[in-house]
Amino acid sequence: MSMIASLFKRELQSYFATPVAYVFIVIFLVLMGTFTFYLGGFYERGQADLNAFFNYHPWLYLFLVPAIAMRLWAEERKTGSIELLMTLPITPWQAVLGKYLAAWAFTGIALILTLPIWITVNYLGNPDNGAILAAYFGSFLMAGGFLAIGSCLSATTKNQVIAFVLTVVVCFGFLLSGFPLVLDLFSAWAPQTIVDGIASLSFLTHFANISKGVIDFRDLVYFALVIATFLFANTIVLQWKQAD
Amino acid sequence: MQPRAAMEPAHESHFMIEIDGLTKSYGQHTVVDHLSFRSPAGEVLGFLGPNGAGKSTTMKMITGFVTPDSGNATVCGHSIADDSQAARQQLGYLPEGAPCYPEMTPRTFLKFIAEVRGLSGERRKARIEQVIEQLHLGPVLDQTIETLSKGFKRRVGLAQAILHDPAVLILDEPTDGLDPNQKHEVRELIRSMSADKLIVISTHILEEVEAVCSRAIIIASGRILADDTPARLAATSRYHNAVRLTLEDDKLFDEIRSAVERLDSVAETESDRSPLSITAIARPGSDSAGPWRDVTGLVAARNWKIASLQMEAGRLDEVFRRITQGTEQ
Repeated sequence: MSMIASLFKRELQSYFATPVAYVFIVIFLVLMGTFTFYLGGFYERGQADLNAFFNYHPWLYLFLVPAIAMRLWAEERKTGSIELLMTLPITPWQAVLGKYLAAWAFTGIALILTLPIWITVNYLGNPDNGAILAAYFGSFLMAGGFLAIGSCLSATTKNQVIAFVLTVVVCFGFLLSGFPLVLDLFSAWAPQTIVDGIASLSFLTHFANISKGVIDFRDLVYFALVIATFLFANTIVLQWKQAD
Repeated sequence: MQPRAAMEPAHESHFMIEIDGLTKSYGQHTVVDHLSFRSPAGEVLGFLGPNGAGKSTTMKMITGFVTPDSGNATVCGHSIADDSQAARQQLGYLPEGAPCYPEMTPRTFLKFIAEVRGLSGERRKARIEQVIEQLHLGPVLDQTIETLSKGFKRRVGLAQAILHDPAVLILDEPTDGLDPNQKHEVRELIRSMSADKLIVISTHILEEVEAVCSRAIIIASGRILADDTPARLAATSRYHNAVRLTLEDDKLFDEIRSAVERLDSVAETESDRSPLSITAIARPGSDSAGPWRDVTGLVAARNWKIASLQMEAGRLDEVFRRITQGTEQ
């Protein structure tokens, strides 16, 4: 545990030691505001909720979370510091978890900084704060899912651009797996159960439930499974590719 | 964290590392080919070889970063394959090129390494202070590592490797990029730590082997070609017991050269223009002091004016070339 904590601390500090943290947080907040107030029509809707805000989270994450995740392992491999890290008395699991949790905590910090929008909606009306809290939680879980995918793919390459593009594509597939764009690829030849299985993998449908304030155990299990699966794959990729 | 008991050596063996048949191929290319050796504490083992000989790959396998195709490495009784965490506890490692985290400062970096190495409280503080002192990192402690010169980066890497006072130190080109003074200091440091540790260094600087190593292993194409003390390796040189005369001017050059060449103990001579010198190479099988006695006798008898006379122990670079030539791919 202390090993993971040491790694976590080092990683999180390194975000703030470089401009990465500040650039990311500023862009994240500006885009969140723009989407909510202009595209989402926050005022025009005239409703005391944050749907206009949360509806755009999946799409913002699609590009911003891979930008956080791409450096996780690709950078270590590029600079060779992975050789230092993986010859310390650290297990691959500890390394993967320490780095992943730091990145997740960082997105959590960015998310917490959107609180003024919650203050605004409470100032203007009487929203269901329980539902908003649930939606924040769901948004954080979804970011964790994207990050786990990104962390795993980042370990496959030394090149951060490749890691970014791969992650965006895979995350896009996960977002839309309930929609014809993805399902049509499978419905022609795969049995219905597989098509249904793929449809149930959609981040969007699982997030939609939580963002309405309904925390369903199945949605939690879904995100937990996505995260666990990709982090497990991450440790395997790491052991397999670390020295290449 | 490993339980304490797991960090103790698993069995009593006076060998700090035991390498048994290590082999690694990338595609068709065999980089390390059934490499085996054992090494006790107190030794400074120099890994010598041309670029691409497999030095770094062997070190990466001993430290567990690269998984061998076959064979095993044991560090203080712990197999790096089966008991990797315990083996790594005993190891300090400076990887090739001394990679670090560029956005950290030496202070935060060393603190991080100390945490991961399980050092805490007073001991952590004392060890960090000691390595800062030993590697003269004082002036740059709070600069980010990316802004440091190559020499300082290398020293940060060394500090990281020795921080937990490991039983086995693996240093891949520890003096690369250092200036002559810094090289000297690092060699002194290696010598001062060597009494109770095993230190393995890789280098292609032959003077370094003569300066610090108590044992040299020459490898090429992943195989051990020679394994001996630097002095005994040098003794296999054709220049072993050779006598070198440095002349003041070239007036007597031809006369001296032909006279020396006629001596019984001298097989042949080689000459050099700058500085003007003649090297008398010992005849194989002759008495080891023969050339020296004969040449000095001749110089005294003829009353030649000589700038200097020197007996050679042998040239490691010549031995190295002879052994490794034809093995490069």
